[in-house]
Amino acid sequence: MSLRIVVCVKYVPDATGDRHFADDLTVDRDDVDGLLSELDEYAVEQALQIADEADDAEITVLTVGPEDAKDALRKALSMGADKAVHVEDDDLHGTDVIGTSLVLAKAIEKTGYDLVICGMASTDGVMGVLPAILAERLGVPQVTLLSEVSVDGTVVKGRRDGDTASEELEASLPAVVSVTDQSGEARYPSFKGIMAAKKKPVESLDLEDLEIDADEVGLEGSWTAVDSATERPARTAGTIVKDEGEGGKQLAGFLADQKFI
Amino acid sequence: MAEVLVFVDHVDGAVRKPTLELLTLARRIGEPVALAVGAGAEATAPVLAEHGAVKVLTADAAEFADYLVVPKVDALQAAYEALSPAAVLLPSSAETKEIAARLAVRIGSGIITDATDLEAGDEGPVATQAVFAAAFTTKSRVSKGTPVITVKPNSAPVEAAPAAGAVEALAVTFGEKSTGTKVVSRTPRESTGRPELTEAAIVVSGGRGVNGAENFAVIEALADSLGAAVGASRAAVDAGWYPHSSQVGQTGKSVSPQLYIASGISGAIQHRAGMQTSKTIVAINKDAEAPIFDLVDYGIVGDLFEVVPQLTDEVKARKG
Repeated sequence: MSLRIVVCVKYVPDATGDRHFADDLTVDRDDVDGLLSELDEYAVEQALQIADEADDAEITVLTVGPEDAKDALRKALSMGADKAVHVEDDDLHGTDVIGTSLVLAKAIEKTGYDLVICGMASTDGVMGVLPAILAERLGVPQVTLLSEVSVDGTVVKGRRDGDTASEELEASLPAVVSVTDQSGEARYPSFKGIMAAKKKPVESLDLEDLEIDADEVGLEGSWTAVDSATERPARTAGTIVKDEGEGGKQLAGFLADQKFI
Repeated sequence: MAEVLVFVDHVDGAVRKPTLELLTLARRIGEPVALAVGAGAEATAPVLAEHGAVKVLTADAAEFADYLVVPKVDALQAAYEALSPAAVLLPSSAETKEIAARLAVRIGSGIITDATDLEAGDEGPVATQAVFAAAFTTKSRVSKGTPVITVKPNSAPVEAAPAAGAVEALAVTFGEKSTGTKVVSRTPRESTGRPELTEAAIVVSGGRGVNGAENFAVIEALADSLGAAVGASRAAVDAGWYPHSSQVGQTGKSVSPQLYIASGISGAIQHRAGMQTSKTIVAINKDAEAPIFDLVDYGIVGDLFEVVPQLTDEVKARKG
């Protein structure tokens, strides 16, 4: 029986660009280039490796976002995913993590799955809570923040490196997994992969297809409200000195003046 | 006064500092009621009472250690239902953020993570957050349900505020789904004897410029002279010079100590995301053009292998 893997990915503003807020205090996506979140590339990579080990597997890559978000799907398809699902709806603008998780959970259920794989966090919101919420909504085990992951028959195993301990985890499929940037370098798409991706199916879904009311998502339906966003004032230029042999001693003087020693 | 439910992060009864900081913030919103779960839960009560907990709910069961995250969500939900608090607060860590998020969905509430400050507002608690690699500061509220908020370490001072701290056992029923993810084995991280990275008042970090695992001894010696934690940039971790648990940055730990000393770190955006909220920033780098110098209060353009040992000796001398 085929192992159905769904990889959730996000199209995010390039972190090396000049990110800021739009007038409605949502993330401004017009003024900065978007791309597939780097942390989601690790999820795609682990999906590809798990699929390689399985007798028969199919990888669906899923995203929620505007038209441009298809770029993230294309990247994942060119890495080797089989097909894509794109949830797009004007009413989704400004949806927070609780709303996004609702949309993803419905789309995952509609697609059908044995294993959901996510990155550890998005590189824009960086909350790191979406995989746990998905597991809660889907009612399946969460096997999250893994630096190593494998699937053996109907069991998923992995290592979670926490603050105080390293844990070996195990759960039965279906399950939701998230992987860290320690899980293994993501492959670059090959030319062949890029050409093949153009022919792979991308299914489009809207809120109606998922039986979600507009007031459950979007800025109006958001469970949180941003009252203000202010740019952090530029740091006042610090003292910068060139080491002429006494740099360490000068620095000690600065630290003493600041009462650190 | 409204009750505020505070989830306690502790190791075998030893309460970690971010929870005590959180009690300071909780008191701005209402009366803190603490929830401690797992082995040693009851032992947390005296220190929590000393820092303002009017009540300490405790629950211990094998499930907390044997299964991942969900049994703790069950306990927090039981405490939430017993109290109907004005807000639920947790210290921010990878695990507590997951606990918070699952609770929020269960009780139909919004969630805010990694707040750096918290104050009472007309429409509920207002949380400050640093976003886009700390380039922006936002103020946000939970607008649906009971606010569930996680707060970053070093966001508030630890203040004594003696309260009753009456200990009460909490009855927790574990759902069938709680035992879905089994913890097959657990290997405790070896203690370095240094402060915990996210809690430390001073952090000394090394990057690509350290140029080898063995050279991290230079960074560690400076850290030890200052009583500091040791951090590393992603470049140093990816090169295998220092463990991932010490990585400072977007995919590692986020730190905001009183003093951050970056040695041989250029200051890529991913690193800045993890340390830009530090109060005082110092950098040592050979490259005068390194972006880290845009952030510093004091920067030295020079060879870290000259500057750092000299600084270490001087710190030791001054400390006598």
